[in-house]
Amino acid sequence: MNIAVCVKQVPDSWAEKKMNGGVLDRQGVDAVLNDLDEYAVEEALRIVEAHGGNGEGGANTITVISMGPERTADAVRKALSMGADAAIIVTDAALAGSDALATSKVLAKVIEGGKFDLVICGTESTDARMSVVPAMIAQRLAWAQLTFAGSVVVDAGAVTITRVTEAGVDTMKAQFPAVISVVEKINEPRYPSFKGIMAAKKKPVEIKDLASLGIDASQVGTAGAWSTVVDATPRPPKAAGIKIVDDGNGGKALVDFLVVKKFL
Amino acid sequence: MSEVFVLAQFVGDKVAKTTGELATCGARIGDVTAIVLAAPGKGAALASQVTSGRIAKVVVIESADFDKFGVSASAAVLAHIVGEHKPAALLITSSAFGKELAGCIAVLTDSGLITDAVDVSSELVATQIVFGGSSTVHSRVSHGSAIITLRPNSVTPDLEKSSPEILNVSVAVGESAKHAEVISSQPPVAEGRPELTEAQIIVSGGRGTNGDFGPVETFADLLGAAVGASRAATDAGWYPHSHQVGQTGKTVSPQLYVACGISGAIQHRAGMQTSKTIVVINKDPEAPIFELADFGVVGDLFSVLPQASEGVKAHKS
Repeated sequence: MNIAVCVKQVPDSWAEKKMNGGVLDRQGVDAVLNDLDEYAVEEALRIVEAHGGNGEGGANTITVISMGPERTADAVRKALSMGADAAIIVTDAALAGSDALATSKVLAKVIEGGKFDLVICGTESTDARMSVVPAMIAQRLAWAQLTFAGSVVVDAGAVTITRVTEAGVDTMKAQFPAVISVVEKINEPRYPSFKGIMAAKKKPVEIKDLASLGIDASQVGTAGAWSTVVDATPRPPKAAGIKIVDDGNGGKALVDFLVVKKFL
Repeated sequence: MSEVFVLAQFVGDKVAKTTGELATCGARIGDVTAIVLAAPGKGAALASQVTSGRIAKVVVIESADFDKFGVSASAAVLAHIVGEHKPAALLITSSAFGKELAGCIAVLTDSGLITDAVDVSSELVATQIVFGGSSTVHSRVSHGSAIITLRPNSVTPDLEKSSPEILNVSVAVGESAKHAEVISSQPPVAEGRPELTEAQIIVSGGRGTNGDFGPVETFADLLGAAVGASRAATDAGWYPHSHQVGQTGKTVSPQLYVACGISGAIQHRAGMQTSKTIVVINKDPEAPIFELADFGVVGDLFSVLPQASEGVKAHKS
């Protein structure tokens, strides 16, 4: 079984994010592996561990796929140190400012070039928060779409997931190949071991550009984006609110506040 | 005048308030056609409820495949009619389902996509609030039909009633949309409180409840509010996952959000930060949630909430 895990490098969740010319400023902030993608890496590891393992002597492979600037290698390295076998990074100056359509196009192209049975993604990135790329990859590949998985069971070329969303819980099943996205409650991602971190330094990381994928630069990046930002402005910081310490009348003070604000 | 499609949304057999919100935005742009995707035999009953806002037409498409094949089947059918009619825009409610649907339709119809808009102007400029509420972005789609998802509760629905013409259309779902099958479905349990994403007021509980949501529910019921929960509370099994507010739960934007015993992890804040007024009750004066509070009480929710509930009762009487 060959599994691809799509990951993204994002600004640290706790860092202040700023816009620069309608695009997120990624230069001035610490970049990390998207938290939610760690669950995807972990789930891939658990699936292969239940089916004979990966790496030396294992019957399965896990390939990390990412798109981004060169420093994306740092985020990818973390996934490798958790236990993935190899990585493919697509990096190209023309990709800057790509929308979800272009991102899904590039990732789908890389996936098409491999022999993958499953693609596993996190449900969203903590920066753009669109939650659409996994579904769009599935749509582009015309593969089964099994998204928002709260559990994944792989058995004899078929995948069964429980889809957990605000609309309830669905059990869904499909034959390989399939695109899965996993929600954060699915597992507890492992910390890379020292051995894992050392081993990751020797694992193959293939760098591809758009030309090697056969994608025209005009189809991606700001040039190929089918939505354009008219303007982006920081919102004024929230004015400091009232903070009181409950002296036995905190509940009453709260009600008074609701009355003043006309909620009562 | 240009044509705008809106996807009618239903909670069980009842039309959702968000359908009126989509129609309200759509009517600013052009003539609104509401699309109803229904199980066989259910279309007429659903379509008859789509009357809120200026709606010119309701198009009903019935298929057993919508329930059986999830997002892919609905996307295939909607992409087909978008490709045929080329409306100026297709508006869909933001939800896990709605956003994935929008993404797939954008791929299938070669159209631009904007998710989680809080407003859409007559010029088809969408407003988004991004990065945890720190920036406002205006953007527009520059190719194809504008596929836009609109956050619930962001637009005040037009209460004007329409009596639109109802058309039944037949569109088959292709085999390529049938790769993943829904084997069983468990809808969220309804308990007589407002739907979380539609509620004007939400009272939420977190780790600080220690599993006892009693005071939270009592206060919520007195305010006619929905009950939310943090991930800590749903992971502990104290409250159903369908009530989770935050990154992997629901994104809400009510008039009033009352956070009880919730520390305010960034994942929770991401789901409630744009609430108009935020009230916080927490024992820990250093809890990050206080940074968002318009009114914060440092105290035990088990004494503050019951007293507040008594206060609300007294105020009402």
